[in-house]
Amino acid sequence: MPEEGTEKSRKKGFFSRLFSGLTKSRNSIGSGIERAFTSYDRIDEDFYEDLEETMIMGDIGIKATDQIMEKLRAQVKEQKIKDPGLCKGLLIHNIKEQMAVDAHAYDFEHGPSVVLVIGVNGVGKTTSVGKLAGIYRDEGKKVIIAAADTFRAAANEQLSAWAQRAGVDMIGAPEGSDPASVLFDAVQAAKARHADILLVDTAGRLHNKKNLMAELGKIDRVISREWPECMRENLIVLDGTTGQNALAQAREFNGAAHLTGIILTKMDGTAKGGIAIAIQSELGIPVKFIGVGEKMDDLQRFQPDDYVDALFGVGETQT
Amino acid sequence: MAFENLSEKLNHIFRGLRGKGKLSEADVRSALREVKMALLEADVNFRVVKQFIGSVQERAVGSEVMNGLNPGQQVIKIVDEELTKLMGSEMTEISFQPGKAITVIMMCGLQGAGKTTTAAKIAAKVTKKGKKPLLAALDVYRPAAIRQLQVNGEKVGVSVFSMGDDHRPADIARAALEHAQKNHFDVVILDTAGRLQIDDEMMQELVDIKEAVDVHQTLLVVDAMTGQEAVNVAESFDQRVGIDGVILTKLDGDTRGGAALSIKAVTGKPILFVGMGEKLEDLEPFYPDRMAGRILGMGDVLTLIDKAQANLTAEDEEKSRDMASRVRKGKFDFNDYLESMKQMRRMGGLGSILGMMPGMGISREELEGQIDEKKIAHLEAMVLSMTPEERANPKLLNPQRKYRIARGSGNDIASVNRFIKQFEQMQKMMKQMGGLGGRKKHGSPFGGFGGFGGAGRKGGFPF
Repeated sequence: MPEEGTEKSRKKGFFSRLFSGLTKSRNSIGSGIERAFTSYDRIDEDFYEDLEETMIMGDIGIKATDQIMEKLRAQVKEQKIKDPGLCKGLLIHNIKEQMAVDAHAYDFEHGPSVVLVIGVNGVGKTTSVGKLAGIYRDEGKKVIIAAADTFRAAANEQLSAWAQRAGVDMIGAPEGSDPASVLFDAVQAAKARHADILLVDTAGRLHNKKNLMAELGKIDRVISREWPECMRENLIVLDGTTGQNALAQAREFNGAAHLTGIILTKMDGTAKGGIAIAIQSELGIPVKFIGVGEKMDDLQRFQPDDYVDALFGVGETQT
Repeated sequence: MAFENLSEKLNHIFRGLRGKGKLSEADVRSALREVKMALLEADVNFRVVKQFIGSVQERAVGSEVMNGLNPGQQVIKIVDEELTKLMGSEMTEISFQPGKAITVIMMCGLQGAGKTTTAAKIAAKVTKKGKKPLLAALDVYRPAAIRQLQVNGEKVGVSVFSMGDDHRPADIARAALEHAQKNHFDVVILDTAGRLQIDDEMMQELVDIKEAVDVHQTLLVVDAMTGQEAVNVAESFDQRVGIDGVILTKLDGDTRGGAALSIKAVTGKPILFVGMGEKLEDLEPFYPDRMAGRILGMGDVLTLIDKAQANLTAEDEEKSRDMASRVRKGKFDFNDYLESMKQMRRMGGLGSILGMMPGMGISREELEGQIDEKKIAHLEAMVLSMTPEERANPKLLNPQRKYRIARGSGNDIASVNRFIKQFEQMQKMMKQMGGLGGRKKHGSPFGGFGGFGGAGRKGGFPF
């Protein structure tokens, strides 16, 4: 069982990284909450206010924080909870429940499917595409990468380095060509070569640039038109350090190309990442993958329980 | 959310308080609560917000409400001034070494902040200043990072020095400097790899580079969309490596950019430039005042406040005071009407003022459709066609005089009748409002812009 062994150690490595990565989150959110829960001997307005502040510090955002708090208050009242400590369990439970990923969330992995990876500049789209390619290749799937970032200097080279590392084919085009035409070619290639998954890397675009968002809409339509029977997955990549603007990003990208999930990156250094909770609560888009480092296997399926526990410092003492 | 931005919220809070001359502690506290929320929504770090609110509170309580502003706007004015002060009141530039000495600039920051792009932008900028820059590729980790710098360097016509990806960055830096000396470059820009501030090994690498070569300016590149984390990033980089300035990128997005304030507050280091786009010339100087307005989410209201300040002269103030007392007595006549129109025009016309007032709850485009500046010009022409006696005493206007006014102003008699009727109604309304008393001692003709907003909705002015 050597395979199982490596799988296990890899998994352990990943979560220890998530933990080490989220140390700072824990220190800010977790310890803040810890403080809030221990320095109060009863539940009063100061207690709630302190909680609210700590959550805002975690980039969860005012609206999501309000909703979470409202629910918590109602539950505390209904269940006649008096102990601030019990509140913590309840709060964590609520957030876990909210962040739960649907059972069919990863159906697209069985293929044939097109995974469109989109987002603003510098969030880690190309790296995420490279990592996903490696993961699916390791699972024995036939993967093709489409390099539809025809704008940024050397984006093609960066992606082809990843493609080589992962050992998969890449369909590209010279800088400055129409990304939709790259997609057209890539879809034909994916069909001809019987690919399971076509991963599409796109150029970073700020969500308030109308033309670029329209371009994205066109890419999305070309896929649907050229390969109507394939499964579709549109993943937005969000930088874990991003604040409230990530909400606007998710909203706008969702408008241009219906989003099915989030890849939350750079979670090895960010203190917060609470914006994921805000987005799930406001737009109902689930986090599907989480990135905690630069190595190939530092991108994994999102585990709400581990994430929320790590965020709030639960289980730290066990490990 | 019921209220889209801060000024709307503040207008709502102060709706009942329009007549006050001074800001009370309670007023300030409720206003600052909203300011606090606005700053948090803009991603300003919580600790920074708390400190900031404290200092504003101190200054705002008991301050006099300026002529032409309502209490909400007065609070905003103070907040804005303090914000601008905090962010540095003047623009700063990259400082170069004297004479022919080589200036070494090192870029650093998290992954994806935009270091490579910004390095090329700075190279382009210093070229315009008559310098000869050299870009050095020190990112030996990210695939194709060197290639990206080369392509960008080519685009801006700047040489790129690289040694591939199997040398230590500190060695590359040293070699780049030698290369620059030999080939008479006078600015060397080191493009380093993105790194996390908690990655000790990688942070040490930056320290090593600084030990290998004399770095004159270490610039931290930060994504303007960064959330609460901005403080940790800036603090760590500053403490561990030492930074001299900050560049804020991706500000062409719709982020409010609270990170700017957080970083300035914790490091005290100036923000030198802001990245405004993907083109290599899109690097702009940083204007603290504009950033303040953006963080508050109300640049337009600040512009309005500015205009009110700049355009209402002492003479205007005298007139307004006079007019206000006449309004109270119900003696508002066509001369006053003309005067208020003049004042309004000095502030950029009605459309621009209404557009700047968030309380109106209508968009600028809608406004442009609804308010016809031409129609107002017609009304003004009618007033100008009246004799001084008629303007002072509207009761003189008999049908004959009205006919003359219509002809003189190029309108038909029906429009003149409508205008005069509306004017009379307005007079009546003003008398009622005046009777309620409690108006501010020296109110503007609009009774504070907030007041004008309200009156406008009820159709106070005849347009």
